Amino acid sequence: MDLVFTEEEQAFREEVRQFLRDNVSPQMRHKMVEGRHVSKQEMVTWWRILNKKGWNVSSWPKEYGGTGWSSVQHYIFREELQMYPAPTPLAFGVGMVGPVIYTFGNEAQKKYYLPRIANVDDWWCQGFSEPGAGSDLASLTTKAQRRGGKWIINGQKTWTTYAQHANMIFCLCRTDPSAKKQMGISFIVFALDSKGVTVRPIQTIDGGYEINEVFFDDVKVPCENLIGEENKGWDYAKFLLGNERTGIARVGVSKERIRHIKELASSFESDGRPLIEDRTFREKLAISEIELKALELTQLRIVTAEGKHGKPNPVSSMLKMKGAQSQQAATELLMEMIGPFAAPYDEHSHEAMGWTAQIAPSYFNNRKVSIYGGSDEIQRNIIAKAVLGL
Amino acid sequence: MDFNLSEEQRLLKESVDGLLTDVYDFEQRKTYLREKGGWSRLIWSRLAELGLLGLPFVEADGGFGGGGVETMIVMEAFGRALVVEPYLTTVVIGGGFLRRGGSDAQKTAHLPGIIDGSRTFGLAQLERNSRYDLNDVTTSARKTGDGWVIDGEKFVVLNGENADTLIVTVRTKGAQRDRDGIAVLLVPGDAKGIAKKSYPTQDGLRAADISFARVEVGSAAAIGDPDNALPLIERVVDDARSALCAEAVGLMDESLRTTVEYMKTRKQFGVPISSFQSLQHRAADMFVALEQARSMSMYATIAADMDNAAERAKAVAAAKVQIGRSAKFIGQQSIQLHGGIGMTMAAKIGHYFKRLTMIENTFGDADYHLRRVSETGALV
Repeated sequence: MDLVFTEEEQAFREEVRQFLRDNVSPQMRHKMVEGRHVSKQEMVTWWRILNKKGWNVSSWPKEYGGTGWSSVQHYIFREELQMYPAPTPLAFGVGMVGPVIYTFGNEAQKKYYLPRIANVDDWWCQGFSEPGAGSDLASLTTKAQRRGGKWIINGQKTWTTYAQHANMIFCLCRTDPSAKKQMGISFIVFALDSKGVTVRPIQTIDGGYEINEVFFDDVKVPCENLIGEENKGWDYAKFLLGNERTGIARVGVSKERIRHIKELASSFESDGRPLIEDRTFREKLAISEIELKALELTQLRIVTAEGKHGKPNPVSSMLKMKGAQSQQAATELLMEMIGPFAAPYDEHSHEAMGWTAQIAPSYFNNRKVSIYGGSDEIQRNIIAKAVLGL
Repeated sequence: MDFNLSEEQRLLKESVDGLLTDVYDFEQRKTYLREKGGWSRLIWSRLAELGLLGLPFVEADGGFGGGGVETMIVMEAFGRALVVEPYLTTVVIGGGFLRRGGSDAQKTAHLPGIIDGSRTFGLAQLERNSRYDLNDVTTSARKTGDGWVIDGEKFVVLNGENADTLIVTVRTKGAQRDRDGIAVLLVPGDAKGIAKKSYPTQDGLRAADISFARVEVGSAAAIGDPDNALPLIERVVDDARSALCAEAVGLMDESLRTTVEYMKTRKQFGVPISSFQSLQHRAADMFVALEQARSMSMYATIAADMDNAAERAKAVAAAKVQIGRSAKFIGQQSIQLHGGIGMTMAAKIGHYFKRLTMIENTFGDADYHLRRVSETGALV
């Protein structure tokens, strides 16, 4: 047992860090530190730089453009991006639909989609949740019917993150209405500019626009856009969500936020001295750091064990939950820190005004992290059933 | 970065677990508690035979050259079985002072007795007003021509009644809370001038309050620098904290296992209570608390062997905070999920809860260590 990174791992970390220093635009980095929105163009430009380096789809198998890194290297890479901070590769493409395509897709699909995902020629979004299918995802009702060599798709998806940026969507659609809930679902991909698709933005409580409603009205999709087998979509969805949970703890994001808290709390006064000297505040901060350290080690324990067995561990549900808790705790501390200065709001830019930048909106926005990707309650169900056998 | 045990460590774990499965179930444990002094000489000799009593000592001293990970393995197993024998006070603490600060002569005089199981130790450190501060010492040691004369009172000395040798923290100069002027003395358990008041503890161990009235020891009794032994004390107490973290992980692991088993068998409203989602979620939260604690126990284990005192102290303190918080939650909820039966002395779950609770109050609780972490700065 050795809990320090090896010399090789440290050298790798330094290599990633140097690459970030040389290639991330300072403007984008500054926006991320302050929690401001980064534009689509900025993100795509950055991911293409990553792709040129061969790092945008680092976690994929080598034959599809992956790096063949160890699980610890993957961890370090992701953490360095999060701490710098710089955008991590687009989850919907690289982390979600990509692995589904290279695992279950046919050769033509792999050949066409995978390089486009790597270079972000397509911006993917996720068509899973529906107004009536949240935690109970399998009760989704969006229909895909075969007619004249096409899928005809009707229904509605919601909470679709960055649909406004996307040109492609991967969708869970009901293809056999007579089958049992989980059995009649298929995984279909199509262009978002298809006739009959309407994207309507949803404003979230922070004032921002990340998520959307997406409506399908007789959308015609070529039959070859089915991924894998018809009516096996639920299996692919479970596979996708299991992949998603490992990376979702976002330890590096919380580390960067804690660094930000310390920096601000040193310059911000309370009771006639820097807030960082206030005992109650310091102890709250210390709790966050301890929880985060424990989470970091737990994540490393899980990812290094996963490296050997090759399939998602139900314990990763714990990472999702604790990761959400850490992210929320950090935004909550920032919120407490600025106190009354949290209040000013610019209703035109939907951002807070002045030096407090995005602190209150970020606090409001981060309530989402214990809801998306399987809510805390769903994660507890998984732990109870799959880990404890209850 | 590697969380795996080596082949030898896996064998060690197997042999400790194997022994405890054979000789240390809850009923067998009750018979050990009834033996003179409250623990079993026979078990102690089995531990010696397995080499566990010599685990952390270098081979030149007759030991097995184990490090923190080996101690973690043993303590976690002891936690799982609620072992009451004085391993912590004798091997981890007594042995710790000797191997980390003892002279060759002291090692020669004391280590063979620890390793062969013939002698046990106790740490006389806590005072009426010292609470968790190791630098807060009023028990005095006055230098005489050829040794020291000790006066003062120590409390809740674990294994104090049986210990062949007491390790006593004393003040040789300065004021009550000064960091320097503290010594560590080896004192025979039956030295003239010692008076002991012995009692059982809440968690089934034995302890004693011990007064020292002009107790004389020779000059060779001091371990390390008699004017500046606090760094040594802090180091060994960090070993002990780290060992307690591992013991707590074993206790929590077994508490959760036992509770989950109980939930599957206990029926109410015609169904096993494990079918109720509110209870499933509680158990899931207990699992999360356990795994967070397990990670931090490993962190403390590795840290306790670090030579950088500040880094070591911070990591061990952080671990003790996490373990304290997890232990309180798992301990309390284990009782809650057992319901009435969890309240009885007859059920084993309550004994796990009590031991976890006493660990929290040993060598600094979560609040104490949280303050230390918050004062030392960055952890992540």
